[in-house]
Amino acid sequence: MDAPVRDTPDTVIEVRDLVVGFGTRTVLDHLSLDVRRGEILGLVGASGGGKSVLLRTIIGLLPRRAGTIRVFGTDLSEAGEQERRAIERRWGVLFQQGALFSSLSVRQNVQFPVREYLDLSERLLEEVAIAKLEMVGLSPDVADKFPSELSGGMIKRVALARALALDPEIVFLDEPTSGLDPIGAGDFDELIRTLQQTLGLTVFMVTHDLDSLHTVCDRVAALADGKVIAQGPIETMLESDHPWLKAYFRGKRARMVLAEQAGD
Amino acid sequence: MDGESLLKSAVVGERLEVAASGSWTAPQARLLERLVEAIGKQAPSVRSVSIDMHAVHELDTYGAWLLERLVRERNALGQDTRIVGLPEHYRGLIEEIQNANRKAGPAPARKEGVVGILVAIGRTVVDIGQDLVSFVQMFGLLTVALGRVIAKPVTFRLTSAVHHLDRVGWQAVPIILLITFLIGAIISQQGIFHFRKFGADVYVVDMVGILVLREVGVLIVAIMVAGRSGSAYTAELGSMKMREEVDALRTMGFDPVEVLILPRVVALVFALPILTFLGSMSALYGGGLVAWLYGGISPDIFISRLKEAISLTHFEVGIIKAPFMALIIGIVAGSEGMQVKGSAESLGTQTTASVVKSIFLVIVLDGFFAIFFASIGM
Repeated sequence: MDAPVRDTPDTVIEVRDLVVGFGTRTVLDHLSLDVRRGEILGLVGASGGGKSVLLRTIIGLLPRRAGTIRVFGTDLSEAGEQERRAIERRWGVLFQQGALFSSLSVRQNVQFPVREYLDLSERLLEEVAIAKLEMVGLSPDVADKFPSELSGGMIKRVALARALALDPEIVFLDEPTSGLDPIGAGDFDELIRTLQQTLGLTVFMVTHDLDSLHTVCDRVAALADGKVIAQGPIETMLESDHPWLKAYFRGKRARMVLAEQAGD
Repeated sequence: MDGESLLKSAVVGERLEVAASGSWTAPQARLLERLVEAIGKQAPSVRSVSIDMHAVHELDTYGAWLLERLVRERNALGQDTRIVGLPEHYRGLIEEIQNANRKAGPAPARKEGVVGILVAIGRTVVDIGQDLVSFVQMFGLLTVALGRVIAKPVTFRLTSAVHHLDRVGWQAVPIILLITFLIGAIISQQGIFHFRKFGADVYVVDMVGILVLREVGVLIVAIMVAGRSGSAYTAELGSMKMREEVDALRTMGFDPVEVLILPRVVALVFALPILTFLGSMSALYGGGLVAWLYGGISPDIFISRLKEAISLTHFEVGIIKAPFMALIIGIVAGSEGMQVKGSAESLGTQTTASVVKSIFLVIVLDGFFAIFFASIGM
């Protein structure tokens, strides 16, 4: 069998005319969005505005009413079971609350997807799990702890290690820094940036954290009224005249972040 | 893809030259590991090793780690090991992985053989002791809470108690009636079938009456309630504990035992005697029906025979036991619920433990009551 050659196109996720709704309510209304290879895309939008819905629809947890989603150039709704599995293996997801398996230890959590997909020796499994934990900045001592014994920041790191377990090409992060203190959040941003560079990841990040948007995101997409109202580097967002974007990026809190950035 | 194309090696003078190529990625990891292990042992007497990576067109953490493992193994032999021709964009990854697994992680704890068995037995004994302590503790906490409520009746959560009475009492009536009806019918059928051999069919009425009123009615109902309501109590309290709701109550100055457990236990203590009464009647009805249809004992004869066979004492013996059994079920459910820790698994473990322990204790208690009633001549 030949190795899957990673000659993916430059646009790794392509969303076109996506419509998603629940009951009579339409959450995403003919939304289109591209995620390019090797970038960190930050998705912003009002709470309840459909950011997480978009993320969950892309990874196939929510059904859609219309539109297409192509990941690595493959339409997931048309792909067969095998093909879908193969693509799911090429992405990792970090859920907002970590979603660690509470009955498994940290080590087992990280090894879980590896055990399922790859047939490795115990020794290599062990070494890879510890290496992943170290890459996300954890000490090997936490390996035998259970999720209920971890702090919020550690849960996020373990969940990131698990998301990275299979060396994915795309990582989906749902509010990675929420619930972390500013220092922890800053460290986590840095970690994402470092890992993105060393592993050549494409990162799709739903976030509310203005600091993250400024420091790590290559591009920002803003979601309002079920559509992407603007996308581009953070400067584009700052220049936009859309009232919601103005409020978001030029509000009091945003100005403080900006002032800090200017002062650096 | 065969191993040859991933990793080749040749000894050139005092140097081992290793040439890597292809995809050094997760799907190849198993094959790669074997190759790396083989090359790790090859030609142990050379002076230096060079690993040429220029033909590797894909590298991920798995490949990088295996490469690093090879480098470390050869370095441990005192050989000068170098990686050459590594594509520039993989340098970050290699540098990152060089720091991995430096500190020995804790080995997964495993005890095997006789020691393991002894450890398990010791743990179980300690656990049984702790169970006993937590049972007594919960009993004490409930008594204290009850004392406080009696001193200041306004603080009793009447609404909550009534709500739980509805759930564990009223809503349990249909299933209790059905099960006890069937049990009564089965006892009656078996009795008639075997007593007939001695021509003593009519004594089946004595047997059904005494057995149902004294033992079976209350026991079946208690076991049903333990499975139906005790488990629900443990699961509810446990998930409240998991979501820190119990802690929230505590910080607001409420006693969780008083707010959550006392109304539940009170509801059980009221519900179980009522359910026992209903269940016993239903079992007698079932027994009577089978006696009539299967044994040819007409309802008139059944009832008059029943009047002779049983007395109020038999009924009292059964019904007196009910509130005590309810108390045991409630205490076990409460104490198990409060022992739930953060994980979903622990919720399941404690719920199972709650049902198993309360059924066990209900039967043990029934045994003690049997001895007690026999000795006082009831």
